[in-house]
Amino acid sequence: MSVLIFVDQTENHIKKSSYEVLTYGVKLAAQIGTNAEAIVLGTVNDDLSALGKYGVTKVHHVANETLNHVDAHVYTKVIEEAVAATNATVVVISHNTTGKAIAARISAKLKAGLVAGAIALPDTSNGFVVKKSVFSGKAFANVNIATAIKIISLNPNSFHVTSADGTATVETLNATVEAAKIKVTAVNKVSGEVPLSEADIVVSAGRGMKGPENWGMIEELAHELHAATACSRPVADADWRPHHEHVGQTGLQIAPNLYIAIGISGAIQHLAGVNRSKVMVVINKDPEAPFFKAADYGIVGDAFEVVPQLISEIKKLHNN
Amino acid sequence: MKILVCISKTPDTTSKIAFKDGNTKFDDAGVQWIINPSDEWNALVRALELKEKDASIVLHLISVGGADYDPIIRKALALGGDEAIRVNADSSDSYFIASQIAAVAKEGAYDLILTGKETIDYNGSSIGGFVAELIDVAYVSLATKFDLNGTVATIDREIEGGEETNEVSLPVVVSCQKGVAEQRIPNMRGIMAARTKPLKVVEPIAVDALTSLVSFELPPAKAGVKLVAADNVAELVRLLHEEAKAI
Ligand SMILES: Cc1cc2nc3c(=O)[nH]c(=O)nc-3n(C[C@H](O)[C@H](O)[C@H](O)COP(=O)(O)OP(=O)(O)OC[C@H]3O[C@@H](n4cnc5c(N)ncnc54)[C@H](O)[C@@H]3O)c2cc1C
Repeated sequence: MSVLIFVDQTENHIKKSSYEVLTYGVKLAAQIGTNAEAIVLGTVNDDLSALGKYGVTKVHHVANETLNHVDAHVYTKVIEEAVAATNATVVVISHNTTGKAIAARISAKLKAGLVAGAIALPDTSNGFVVKKSVFSGKAFANVNIATAIKIISLNPNSFHVTSADGTATVETLNATVEAAKIKVTAVNKVSGEVPLSEADIVVSAGRGMKGPENWGMIEELAHELHAATACSRPVADADWRPHHEHVGQTGLQIAPNLYIAIGISGAIQHLAGVNRSKVMVVINKDPEAPFFKAADYGIVGDAFEVVPQLISEIKKLHNN
Repeated sequence: MKILVCISKTPDTTSKIAFKDGNTKFDDAGVQWIINPSDEWNALVRALELKEKDASIVLHLISVGGADYDPIIRKALALGGDEAIRVNADSSDSYFIASQIAAVAKEGAYDLILTGKETIDYNGSSIGGFVAELIDVAYVSLATKFDLNGTVATIDREIEGGEETNEVSLPVVVSCQKGVAEQRIPNMRGIMAARTKPLKVVEPIAVDALTSLVSFELPPAKAGVKLVAADNVAELVRLLHEEAKAI
């Protein structure tokens, strides 16, 4: 028996979201009295034995180049074999873009119940009940998985990563890598920036910024905080900012530690994408803006005055 | 060329979320139902664009739900599409729902099956993957661009930290998100025509659900906002650093 943790990689490096699923899977294994093992697909330049820091004892590696791209069909076959080889009863995957490509497919293949978008460890006192986010973050559902093998995809940024000393043994897994059905003809990585879905801090701005020429201070604030930038939908629709920054019900749903909303009114559709943030700060000149009802901290004021001061105060903090 | 678009019904984006029957059911009192946004704006609109370019395309819609789905299906038919199929079943298990779609997809030998990126109520992002596995075809998730050239689709899709361009031979299942179709104002002139379009109701195939819903819960209420004066930004930074420990 084991908990098998799918460790995601991109450009030959382990993803940050993987440390979260590793921590989650290891805690889950302890809870149900079994051991936690990891599976890594594709060529990876990182030292895989270091994943032992998160508590896994064994890392299974299929170092086949075909697996450097995620083809759901090919991945599913490999993971099916890994599940058999490790006698896994639970498979843990991140609910990131990779997880969204493969989790359901693996579930259907193994006839293993899937909870997609879990936010906590299962309650195993009576069945196997996993809490997941529903209604775009406005509520939770508790879902029981009844099948022998269970699959959990974990919402990014919902579990605190812990690590200690430890090394894992790395073993090559001889799995069947079928011919890909999908041919990858181009890859376009947004490098350099903090990816929005993984960012601990997000600085987001809305129509209150008046125009794209005023985003310099938003970017500077984000830079000072090592934060990613986001925006409201009308801002993306007007092409003031790129579409991948659009958060909300119809955009990306995020759950950073800190979300700073500047010149955003806080419409219900916007909140649906950000209300799982741990701390929300609002800067808005209208005291009646609905965002103040959802926020933890707020300043009623003009962004064009407040944001520059905020940048200089944060610089002071960092220089101390 | 036959295209099948999956249509789900969800509460309007402004709906108040509440539960009833001991927190086991969504409380739909006063709730307006809509076509799930990415099913409508991304999957369906892209299918309509393809059909506008190639009138020989047969476009079918599929929903899995009870008779309460019919007004939503009629609305989708008013936007376009030749006919709709409703599998007469209600389930909270997305594998069960996908199995119904897969059965219809197999029987109808569709070349292209489109879904939205996720429903805004259940947020599973899983129907496309289930269907693809069940009918054993390729699956491309989270498409932001979709073009057809004969029987080969060229698709841009979101991957971790960027985008990738894929080429894949039909048949394929694709989940669609923003970017895949032009924004358009729905042309509701189709409403009359939609009334006469076929809406076939079929009974579900027998499938064992893999999961079951136990209960819903609402997040704990927020403590309320702490306001800081606009001329005291230093205090906000102190609070974020010392109290919230967020910076
Ligand atoms: C089906 C549907 C889906 C939607 N999905 C999304 C979604 O995913 N994401 C999303 O964001 N929206 C979404 N919307 C749109 C949403 O309803 C709002 O219209 C949108 O979020 C408003 O964006 P905003 O806050 O930037 O702009 P506004 O609502 O125009 O607010 C601007 C705010 O800036 C403040 N302001 C102005 N000047 C200043 C200044 N100098 N200093 C400080 N504050 C200032 C104003 O007081 C105001 O509160 C959706 C709508 C629908 C119908």
